[in-house]
Amino acid sequence: MLSQDALKRIDREIAKYPPEHKQSAVMASLAIAQEETGWLSNDTMEFVASYLGMPAIAVFEVATFYNMYDLAPVGKYKITVCTNLPCALSGGYDAAEYVQHKLGIGFNETTPDGKYTLKEGECMGACGDAPVLLVNNTRMCSWMTPEQIDKLLAELK
Amino acid sequence: MLKIDQPMHIKPQILANLEGEKSWRLKDYVARGGYAALRKILREKTPPEKIIAELKESALRGRGGAGFPTGLKWSFMPKQYAGEKYLVCNSDEGEPGTFKDRDILRYNPHMVIEGMAIAAYAMGTARGYNYIHGEVWDVYLRFEEALDEARAGGFLGQKILGSDFSFELFAHHGYGAYICGEETGLLESIEGKKGQPRYKPPFPASFGLYGKPTTINNTETFAAVPWIIMNGGAKYLEVGKPNNGGTKIFSVSGHVNRPGVYEIPMGTPFARLLEMCGGMRGGRKLKACIPGGSSMPVLPGDVMMQCDMDYDSIAKAGSMLGSGAVIIMDETTCMVKALQRLSYFYFEESCGQCTPCREGTGWLYRVVHRIEHGEGRPEDLDLLTSVSDNIAGRTICALGDAAALPVKSFVKHFRPEFEYHIENKKCLVPVDVQRAGSRIYVEHAAC
Ligand SMILES: Cc1cc2nc3c(=O)[nH]c(=O)nc-3n(C[C@H](O)[C@H](O)[C@H](O)COP(=O)(O)O)c2cc1C
Ligand code: SF4
Ligand code: FES
Repeated sequence: MLSQDALKRIDREIAKYPPEHKQSAVMASLAIAQEETGWLSNDTMEFVASYLGMPAIAVFEVATFYNMYDLAPVGKYKITVCTNLPCALSGGYDAAEYVQHKLGIGFNETTPDGKYTLKEGECMGACGDAPVLLVNNTRMCSWMTPEQIDKLLAELK
Repeated sequence: MLKIDQPMHIKPQILANLEGEKSWRLKDYVARGGYAALRKILREKTPPEKIIAELKESALRGRGGAGFPTGLKWSFMPKQYAGEKYLVCNSDEGEPGTFKDRDILRYNPHMVIEGMAIAAYAMGTARGYNYIHGEVWDVYLRFEEALDEARAGGFLGQKILGSDFSFELFAHHGYGAYICGEETGLLESIEGKKGQPRYKPPFPASFGLYGKPTTINNTETFAAVPWIIMNGGAKYLEVGKPNNGGTKIFSVSGHVNRPGVYEIPMGTPFARLLEMCGGMRGGRKLKACIPGGSSMPVLPGDVMMQCDMDYDSIAKAGSMLGSGAVIIMDETTCMVKALQRLSYFYFEESCGQCTPCREGTGWLYRVVHRIEHGEGRPEDLDLLTSVSDNIAGRTICALGDAAALPVKSFVKHFRPEFEYHIENKKCLVPVDVQRAGSRIYVEHAAC
């Protein structure tokens, strides 16, 4: 189901917690699984559940509670733009509109070629760098002026 | 480009001497005097009570939002306890406007590790976790690296620096839920569950992580500890003002020329901080300011200009210092629209356990939304106040209050603007003016 490499990473997470609390590694395990499979299907979640020895429903609860898990397929690049107030005061909406215009999609939509998905995000703890956006949950991009957005999209092939 | 002739910090303690390219490396930290405080207490076998007394004298107050005295919190941990006890650092930084913990962890992670090790020594805890905000993956990776360095250097793990003291520390990565910043939601989250806050009491000091005694502090709180141990509580207090010890790192966002993090002594005038940020963008006028993160009441610009930046002064002016996130709004801001975005946030992030919060946050958002969209009714303003009153104080955690306070304060201080909206079905501030005020591109191109 998951690669040896992913399982090794999950094992490293499990080791951070007392042996009787393997469940503590569920968030990291889901993140690692999502990174490998693109999104979290029921099969993936069931696999994580059996790997950690917890009920599948408990894994599902966690996956639905936290915003960064994707329970449906997303594009190759998921772009999340922060529009919370501090960012909005410094071009957050302008950046979001510019990305929408460039990709021809709205929030929660994916381009027909399956390359990009666009999401609206909440504060990422980087408001001083507004406008900010996040690529695939891991790459924070700061000061996203139109030129910067052009550069980023050209790079995300 | 803007000319940078203002300092970023005044008398910094946490963000001091971080100019080097690799300021986060163990080697650099030690070269700046890092881990000397931990060495000192281990060498001198300082009694734990003495460390806690030092913290009490320093008047260090929790930097996560509530401003609770840290020394007092540490003294709540049971001293004679047979089982495991835990220490947790709250780096879940999700309060809109706050971005200081990210910089502390990016540029000075070992100071947090050292502060936690000292705390663990003082409270007799052998294991700790640092819960890091989901969206800052690079910060999480860097912290993991710092942990590896600290372990290899003998500052973490078994028998630290050859003493009898052992402390293991691990990083836990969040995945996008504001409510996990609330301390008991955070504990649930580490346990591998939904991050839904617990009823208090029992407090974490008696029933915390895995049901064991636990102390939780904010990143900046832990980072303040080594300085206090090296220089003494009295010195720390002196840097700030009575009951408000030390420096504070402010995250300044919004309509200023230089948004960013600024470390200044508690009690520094707001006007000075604004000057350090390069002043208002485009030389416009300060209309409003939220001085402590989006959950705190907004203050009108003229009130804010008279404030000093410390817990007591801001409280006297009718707001709270919170996490020290200073959100600056100039005269191009539509207060209805600003409130609408904040209300949406609390609606989106309510964990749904308590009826007043789950239903109330949605209700608040829908009412503000309809005012903003020209469908407001004259009775809506009283409705907003009454819904807010019925949430605040009636919920398990403080997110309910956090959703209610902005609404009440926006309506209180900017009522005519809301009334204008309802009557004329549009903003008092023309939409193109709003957009021009917030768009940073034009001005960047011009300078
Ligand atoms: C909704 C909500 C969100 C919070 N978010 C954070 C946060 O992101 N970081 C933080 O340190 N404290 C946050 N807090 C405060 C914590 O519950 C807790 O008071 C704090 O971590 C204690 O540390 P301190 O005493 O060092 O401030 C939040 C509280 C609430 C109610
Ligand atoms: S106040 Fe809101 S966020 Fe807090 S526990 Fe209740 S429903 Fe959840
Ligand atoms: S509001 Fe956008 S990162 Fe904080």
